[in-house]
Amino acid sequence: MIPPTVSRSAARAVRPPGALVIEIEGVTKLYKMGTEIIHALRGVSLNIRRNEYLAIMGPSGSGKSTMMNMLGCLDTPTAGRYEFSGKNVAHMIDDELAEIRNREIGFVFQTFNLLPRSDALHNVELPLIYAGMSPHDRRERALLALNNVGLGDRIHHRPNELSGGQRQRVAIARALVNNPSIILADEPTGNLDSRTGEEIMALFEQLYEQGNTIIVVTHEEDIARHARRVVRLRDGLIESDGPID
Amino acid sequence: MTRLIYEFTESFRIAFAQIRANTMRSILTALGVIIGIVAVTLMGTAINGIDIGFQQSLAMLGDDVLYVQKWPWHNVDDWWNYQNRPAIRTEIADQLNRVIEQTPNSLLEIAVPVAGRNGSVKAGQNSVSGVMIFGTTADYSRITTTEIAEGRLFNEVEANAGRQIAVLGSTVSEQLFPGRSPLDQIVDIRGQHFTVIGTLAKQGDFLGIFSFDNQVIVPLNAMRKYYGNRMGVDVRVKVRDKTKLTQAEDELTGAMRRVRAQLPAERDNFSINEQQAFKEQLDPVKKGIAFAGLFITGLALFVGAIGIMNITFVSVKERTKEIGTRKALGARRFTILLQFLIEAVSISLIGGIVGLLLTYGLCMGIKTAMPALPVEFSYGLVIISMVVSIITGIVSGFAPAWGASRLDPVVALRYE
Repeated sequence: MIPPTVSRSAARAVRPPGALVIEIEGVTKLYKMGTEIIHALRGVSLNIRRNEYLAIMGPSGSGKSTMMNMLGCLDTPTAGRYEFSGKNVAHMIDDELAEIRNREIGFVFQTFNLLPRSDALHNVELPLIYAGMSPHDRRERALLALNNVGLGDRIHHRPNELSGGQRQRVAIARALVNNPSIILADEPTGNLDSRTGEEIMALFEQLYEQGNTIIVVTHEEDIARHARRVVRLRDGLIESDGPID
Repeated sequence: MTRLIYEFTESFRIAFAQIRANTMRSILTALGVIIGIVAVTLMGTAINGIDIGFQQSLAMLGDDVLYVQKWPWHNVDDWWNYQNRPAIRTEIADQLNRVIEQTPNSLLEIAVPVAGRNGSVKAGQNSVSGVMIFGTTADYSRITTTEIAEGRLFNEVEANAGRQIAVLGSTVSEQLFPGRSPLDQIVDIRGQHFTVIGTLAKQGDFLGIFSFDNQVIVPLNAMRKYYGNRMGVDVRVKVRDKTKLTQAEDELTGAMRRVRAQLPAERDNFSINEQQAFKEQLDPVKKGIAFAGLFITGLALFVGAIGIMNITFVSVKERTKEIGTRKALGARRFTILLQFLIEAVSISLIGGIVGLLLTYGLCMGIKTAMPALPVEFSYGLVIISMVVSIITGIVSGFAPAWGASRLDPVVALRYE
């Protein structure tokens, strides 16, 4: 087990990590591409605690995407142990994984992935519909989440009526709305200009300070620098794991 | 449970947003279903109409009347066995009535002879040909289902005396005396003069083969003067209780054999016909028409269903990434399945409703333009076509929706 780390940077406070959320041990993942077998992960072990701010880095082909899919319960490992909040998800079936994704994980995608024909409010409500929440509670929670990302005045705008940064804020509100255990962001600033990107990273900082657990998957050092801990992958193995610089 | 309701409403919301967003595509797809539903429901109304026509025609025969005739109403292969039967003569009716009187608790009420001949009827310059001229007795009023529109039927004295008086069917009356009352007018029936004493109410066609309105009723004794005493007739026998038709038929067979003095070993040399036998003859024909008709029009609906399946496949393909996102946010397989099924069903149902409205309009149009055609719109049809369009939507949407529900979220999210 890797002990929680403490940043030496005085400017950015490191919050004391809480209970174990994710426990990965000896996880491998194989893909069959025709006759060829690709070892995307070759035995990875990783623990993530509540209220950590983690960046997962690596060049393309390092297993970074596979790692993210695994962490996000979109995919299951070929071998190894993966426990999410004490529940073994390695052998769960599709619908059980959907349940975990709905309750425990908030996704933020590079391409925002908002429903184009729905307004911001409805986009944010979506995970709550799948959670079976009543329309009244749904609306209340979604409004709160949108206010939290500073879009309280844009609730009836459709994605094409919003700027890139605003779209990503809607996506972040959607990730937050069901109070997930972790927020999993895949290249969250990849489709944004650097200034807007910085705003989004500032928002993550704020969410972290509010007690959220954040995992950012990126290949940009500048983005990873915002995290308190960096896991670097190479050729399907963890190359390093520790506090930023 | 509540989650299911929320997912249902969400699915409907998505379906209608989707239909609105792809208006043209949805209209074209629905058009396939519209054509199919119009074809099937029109065929349904036609079958309905034919059925009602059958019922009406059979009712004209009287459901409590047995027909004693030389020939049966069904087809026979050994016609030569029937050919040599003795003709049914008018006396048979009297003889049967005597037997009926002698039988205690007889199920039969009365036997009435009816002779029928084809001929033309004239009045002044007007002439109607192909008229059925029926000769009968005053007892005819006790077995007929036809009502008198004007005047009266002849009485016993007139009938026995063979007076030259006639009751005209509505077509004959309208054509010979357009716009005026035929009462007390003289008509010429095969060169003989008859005075009109009454007209019959309009009855309509019998299975579209011949018109009951194209008839004239005269006293049998008047007819005999010109056709001779040994003229063949039908004997119609009224039954007291139509629920005991089979027993009544047996009794009549016995009575006829007594009248004919047939030996026990002999086969009946007469036939007893009733409308039920007709119905049994016609039912397979009717079913055949219905089956063939529905099968052929069903093909049109099938093409519509393929259209829906196609468009649902396209919709799934286009929205693969959206499916991935929804799955990432926690949509289960069933949720995705439901979403696309509801989309398919919505298009199909819209097509069904529009198709049904079109059919309703067409039916009304046909009814006013061509009243003779048997189309009958029924409300059962509404329910059936709604159910059919929902089933069409489910069946045609299932394969693409199932495919969508099984998509791997990782693959779907990466799809561009």
